[in-house]
Amino acid sequence: MFYRTSGQFKTTYESDQALFPIKQDMVLLVVILAAMYVVFPMFASEFTYKALLVPVLIYSLASLGLNILTGYAGQLSLGTAGFMGVGAYACYKITTIFPEMNIIVALFLSGFFSAAVGVAFGLPSLRIKGFYLAIATLASQFFLVWLFEKWAWLYNYNASGAIEVRTMDIFGLVVTGPNASPMVQYYFVLGIVSVVTFAMINLTRGRYGRTWKAVRDMDIAAELVGINLMRAKLSAFAVSSYIVGIAGALMVFFWKGAAEPNLFDIPMSFQIVFIAIIGGLGSVMGNFLGAILIVALPVVLNLLPEMLGLSIGSATMEHVNVMVVGSLIIMFLIVEPHGLARFWALIREKLIIWPFPH
Amino acid sequence: METFYNVLIDPFVQMYGMPDFFLQVLWEGLVSGVLYALIALGFVLIFKSSRIFNFAQGIMVVFAALSLVGLHTFLVPFVGNEFVAAAIAMPLTLGIMYALAMSVERVVLRPLVGQPDIILFMATIGITMFLIGFGEFVFGGENKVMITEALGIPTGAIEFEPFGGFLLLEEKDVFAVVMAIVLVISLLVFLNKSAMGRAIRALGDDHTAALSVGISLSTIWVLVWFIAGVIALATGVVWGARAGVSFALEVIAYKALPVLMLGGLESVSGAIIGGIAIGLLEKVFEIYWGQPLFGGNTETWFAFIFALIVLLFRPQGLFGEKIIERV
Repeated sequence: MFYRTSGQFKTTYESDQALFPIKQDMVLLVVILAAMYVVFPMFASEFTYKALLVPVLIYSLASLGLNILTGYAGQLSLGTAGFMGVGAYACYKITTIFPEMNIIVALFLSGFFSAAVGVAFGLPSLRIKGFYLAIATLASQFFLVWLFEKWAWLYNYNASGAIEVRTMDIFGLVVTGPNASPMVQYYFVLGIVSVVTFAMINLTRGRYGRTWKAVRDMDIAAELVGINLMRAKLSAFAVSSYIVGIAGALMVFFWKGAAEPNLFDIPMSFQIVFIAIIGGLGSVMGNFLGAILIVALPVVLNLLPEMLGLSIGSATMEHVNVMVVGSLIIMFLIVEPHGLARFWALIREKLIIWPFPH
Repeated sequence: METFYNVLIDPFVQMYGMPDFFLQVLWEGLVSGVLYALIALGFVLIFKSSRIFNFAQGIMVVFAALSLVGLHTFLVPFVGNEFVAAAIAMPLTLGIMYALAMSVERVVLRPLVGQPDIILFMATIGITMFLIGFGEFVFGGENKVMITEALGIPTGAIEFEPFGGFLLLEEKDVFAVVMAIVLVISLLVFLNKSAMGRAIRALGDDHTAALSVGISLSTIWVLVWFIAGVIALATGVVWGARAGVSFALEVIAYKALPVLMLGGLESVSGAIIGGIAIGLLEKVFEIYWGQPLFGGNTETWFAFIFALIVLLFRPQGLFGEKIIERV
């Protein structure tokens, strides 16, 4: 009914392979973007920004980065949080060494550092595959967190060992530090996430995306048809780590405001892997759906007893929360192992042919 | 030149200069290595028989130890005697591990049969999260003391004087090593001699062939998860005696991962040799290289980097099955 495709004729290959082959998809996207840019800021409180909107966006971005590597190029990585840390620390160092630099430029520069580290730790992927590679990426995770702790130059020899974000502005508008308004930070994060997502949608549709998918499906076969495996795998590591690094920098500069090394420890890596898998590997939209579920669900669960008028201790609530999230993950894996994105794809297909079943 | 000396010569001079201290370091490394090997063994058993990379092994250690201590504290007022309470708590904990194995098979594994490896791996992380929440919910999140004495584990220390120096072996560490050896030997006997053990190995060799000769998949899976649970309980007892029972114990699961990389995911002997090798090497590296040169705490990553370097030369680990790929 909403997805009637009659009358939309494809007369060229370009129109058939366009970003939106069906007009309704574009309408839907415009509606979502309008909600994100206009409707949410009209109603959101400071709590909603800090606990829901900004975290969901940042985690989506990190998961998008991981999805490039795991979902498109087929290299399972458990070290995402470590690369986020590299981005955050790089951005911190750049802004202390060049205090005059625009924060946007610093953000996009810091991604290059995490990309370089990612390529270095991606080199073993040329020899090692499957679970061995997954464990190998844990090496980067543990090593990087250790480095953030021990290398005092990284946190400017602070006594606390943590990095703290100072107040910075863009053309007079305060965007980071304790004085920044949550709404400004939200718009800033939203803008960057939109730009990166747009770039990634097109990258994964293009030559690189198709190369990665070929490597994912069968790397020996891909090599036989003339794909340079080294270039494909390392480029996936580079692009993935670049995005993940930006997400890490965003997390510290526009959400947390300060960070200790153990923020980038292994639980966050797993959380991001969960987002990517629950959302759907090999899909851009899945990351956002997954992040909404994994990040927002615990927040909502925490609020739930209060709304129902029950009084449960916060510690107990925390435990029940972890339990519920764990069971939900298992349930989602059983119900739809291909993730939420697949759910949407099925619904969309049904809608297109509705009211007919086939 | 200075660095060159510090890295390549000075550590060995110190090892030679204080042989008793070096022996002490080796002993400590051996004890943790044996425990890493035990955890890795739990991983290997499950991976061999079901191709599931069971991330929950670490939390199973915590959960088993917590259940034991929790049941014991619960039972002491009823029974009145610490030792009797421990004697009742032990089989009850084993029962809990069996129930856990069964519910994991029923609720999680059976619906997920045939899914890609990564999905099953994620499911075990889901189990991990569930057990963390459940354990904290039932037993509370605070640290507990392992009931070492009620279980009859000796707590004294043995002293030696080799090379005119001084060497101290804690009796509970000796107990840990002995128990690990007994456990491993009985496991090997079970796997090699009993019908069930042969069924497990058959399943590891070829799923379809094993099914076609009438081996029940679900029975074996429950059995394997239960054995992993028993190993987890043993590890939890001895590690808990060393460091107390808390959710921080879960991190030793991460220590078992490089052991698996080094030894190979399918190899029982690889898990044992890899575990001991990593235990020894990371201790020696930490004391003689890590602390003087890198500011310490290198144990968090040394094993991973070491295993990674080995893997670059042998991509399936030292003892793993050779990976043959066909197009």
